[in-house]
Amino acid sequence: MRYVMLLEATQPATPPPAELMAAIIKLGEEATAAGVLLDNAGLAPSQAGAKITVTGGGLSVTDGPFAETKEMISYAVYETRTKEEAVEWASRFMKLHRDLWAGWEAECRLLKVMGPEDFQQP
Amino acid sequence: MTTTDSAPDVRRVVEAVYRIESARIIAALARMVRDVGLAEELAQDALVVALEQWPARGVPDDPGPWLMATAKHRAIDHLRRQENYRRKLAVVGRDVELAEQTSAEPDIVDALDDHIGDDLLRLIFTACHPSLTTESQVALTLRMLGGLRTDEIARAFLTTEATVSQRILRAKKTLAKEGVRFELPPPSEVPARLAAVLGTIYLIFNEGYSAAAGDDWSRPQLCADAIRLGRVLAGLLPGEAEVHGLTALMELQASRMAARTDADGRPVLLLDQDRRRWDRLLIRRGLTALAHAEELGTLGPYGLQAAIAACHARALTPAETDWARIAALYQLLSHVAPSAVVDLNRAVAVGMADGPAAGLEIVDGLIARGELAAYPHLPAARGELLERLGRGAEARAEFARAAALTRNETERELFARRAAG
Repeated sequence: MRYVMLLEATQPATPPPAELMAAIIKLGEEATAAGVLLDNAGLAPSQAGAKITVTGGGLSVTDGPFAETKEMISYAVYETRTKEEAVEWASRFMKLHRDLWAGWEAECRLLKVMGPEDFQQP
Repeated sequence: MTTTDSAPDVRRVVEAVYRIESARIIAALARMVRDVGLAEELAQDALVVALEQWPARGVPDDPGPWLMATAKHRAIDHLRRQENYRRKLAVVGRDVELAEQTSAEPDIVDALDDHIGDDLLRLIFTACHPSLTTESQVALTLRMLGGLRTDEIARAFLTTEATVSQRILRAKKTLAKEGVRFELPPPSEVPARLAAVLGTIYLIFNEGYSAAAGDDWSRPQLCADAIRLGRVLAGLLPGEAEVHGLTALMELQASRMAARTDADGRPVLLLDQDRRRWDRLLIRRGLTALAHAEELGTLGPYGLQAAIAACHARALTPAETDWARIAALYQLLSHVAPSAVVDLNRAVAVGMADGPAAGLEIVDGLIARGELAAYPHLPAARGELLERLGRGAEARAEFARAAALTRNETERELFARRAAG
């Protein structure tokens, strides 16, 4: 089953410690070697993006940055046998940050990509 | 401790962590106790400990290392018991030879983490050891490398849990009886042994790929398991072109999964598939893996099949298909892995690239040699070529022949429809 992980975070003013960056790369290598990490990338600050909104029958385009307190930081696509496995990989990623970057707060959303199994007859 | 609101079933969490870690744990323990069957049992013991402790005490913050450490303790306990036993034997003055086999155990434990890649490879080669039956190789591979439970394997292969358990037990006994050591094959045997490993993984993939509509979902899931094993192997043997070739082939074939059947579960032929339903992420990964294989040198049978699949994957519409390239790739494939089915596929590709008459010539060559006499796709391909040549009556006769030969009901319907004109 395929899952998309979307990471939203409030970054501390300090730069990310080198130790954390090394740990993230190592975990990424492990997940790739295990055959479960299919794709991932970091996202530039929302300043580089834009928001396209449809409301009340109108469409508007607003350049970033967005006013939210948290920024979207990265995404990853995992393919695992169960949701719990995807949760475990995401938790490992989050724990690295928690342990290695004081003050870092974030939310990782794990969303299931619709697959043939979602259309199976019960 | 990790706190979870509306705590998910801890049992499922334990199983998830075990699935992620089990291959590495079994591989590490096999190095310690030098017995794959025993290593797997000790890893299972650690799983049981987790199932007992985690629901009560909570999931440890670092569940992976926790499981590994628990399993290693079990292995050390086992070695100590063995050592004690040997000492007692030695006291009675019997055994010297046995005692020599155990070296200082802390060294083994310290060295473990450095060898995990090699140990995983040893585990794969052992699971696919030539002394085992194909069925046992499949069961052991899924169990020890894929982290599947026995009941999951049984469901996927439409058999009973008892049968799979028996298979695994027999396989472990065979490995012990044959004195199969936990080691990499000597260089001279690597090509043949690697071919066996790749064959096992591809067999698991095809078992999933051949799942029929209405089958339990765990059957097509086997495709994902096989691809995962292929990716693991590609990471362990980055210099082997065929490992990348097989992985590319599986990623590319799996990319068409959703388009292979219609809403009623009937198969849809490649050229009739809705290509918008092809999985672009898997295509991209498949093409990348194929590029790796190509960089490493000449493509083998899996690499060539992947290259053919890539021709289809690159074509956004059937009309854009590079049939000349496909025909050339089939020609190469027929040299490295000669088979009449490959020739038949080449005939179809040539028929698309150079016109139906050229394709028909190849098919008729096969018939003249008496090849594929009972293979329904031969008359079906011939019928297709004849139809394009405007020889309708002959074409319909070929489709009737194909309908009579196939044992697949939906295929039979398809052929019968075309036989009726």
